[in-house]
Amino acid sequence: MITLTHYLAVGGLLFCIGLFGALAKKNAIAVLMGIELMLNAVNINLVAFNHFLQPAQVTGQIFAIFVIVVAAAEVAVGLALVINIYRRRLDSSVDDLDWLKW
Amino acid sequence: MPEVNTLVFWLLAIITIASALAVVFLKNIVHSALYLVLTFVGTAGLYILLNAEFLAAVQILVYAGAIAVLFVFAVMLTRRGDIRASNPFNVNYLAAGVVSLALFVIIALATGRMTWVGVSGQPPKSNVGAIAEAFLGPWAIPFEIAAVLLLVGMVGAILVARGGKGEE
Repeated sequence: MITLTHYLAVGGLLFCIGLFGALAKKNAIAVLMGIELMLNAVNINLVAFNHFLQPAQVTGQIFAIFVIVVAAAEVAVGLALVINIYRRRLDSSVDDLDWLKW
Repeated sequence: MPEVNTLVFWLLAIITIASALAVVFLKNIVHSALYLVLTFVGTAGLYILLNAEFLAAVQILVYAGAIAVLFVFAVMLTRRGDIRASNPFNVNYLAAGVVSLALFVIIALATGRMTWVGVSGQPPKSNVGAIAEAFLGPWAIPFEIAAVLLLVGMVGAILVARGGKGEE
């Protein structure tokens, strides 16, 4: 029998993989991919809580849709930033984004 | 039926986790982007198992469709040099691994000793209908704000990607 804990385990594992990707990758696009994995993990948890604890309501799914909306806006702006930085520096590595360091 | 559900759950969980690991650990960022699509599809399958069919459709459309295409576009517009080694780790990967593992251990311990208290009830007959009533009822204002956020995000992305005047 699959319980809420199984879904939470999958979500937690996915979140930690995404966190590792976001922290340890050099390419800015790969960092954004890690953030997307983390947002997906949160969505799994929201829908699982909704299904197991409050099956009569859809509040968890509503929140998941809001997360998807915010993720879409975030990734559009983030990739636009990456493209613009690439045009100035000819590089998309986060190690070299040192404009604030002096 | 429960046995089938269990089997499908494990299959989808393995697909999702394995392709997420492939996203992080593969050397070629194009392959990472393709495995990202597989992760999103696996997540959509989990949503279907959780009786959230509408959300699964949204997931396929928005994540596996639009966001994946955005990622591939960004890779195409920014890549130069050797594509086969285009997704390296940076200098803090050891610290990042320790932090992620520690976080996972904490999450596992916390969820393992928790007992969840829920309210029993019948799921709504029509998922789409229930979501529509929620969006146009109690969640109407956040719904409108989300629309404004998407518009602002889109316009901002265009402005940022195009750059200012006289930069070319």
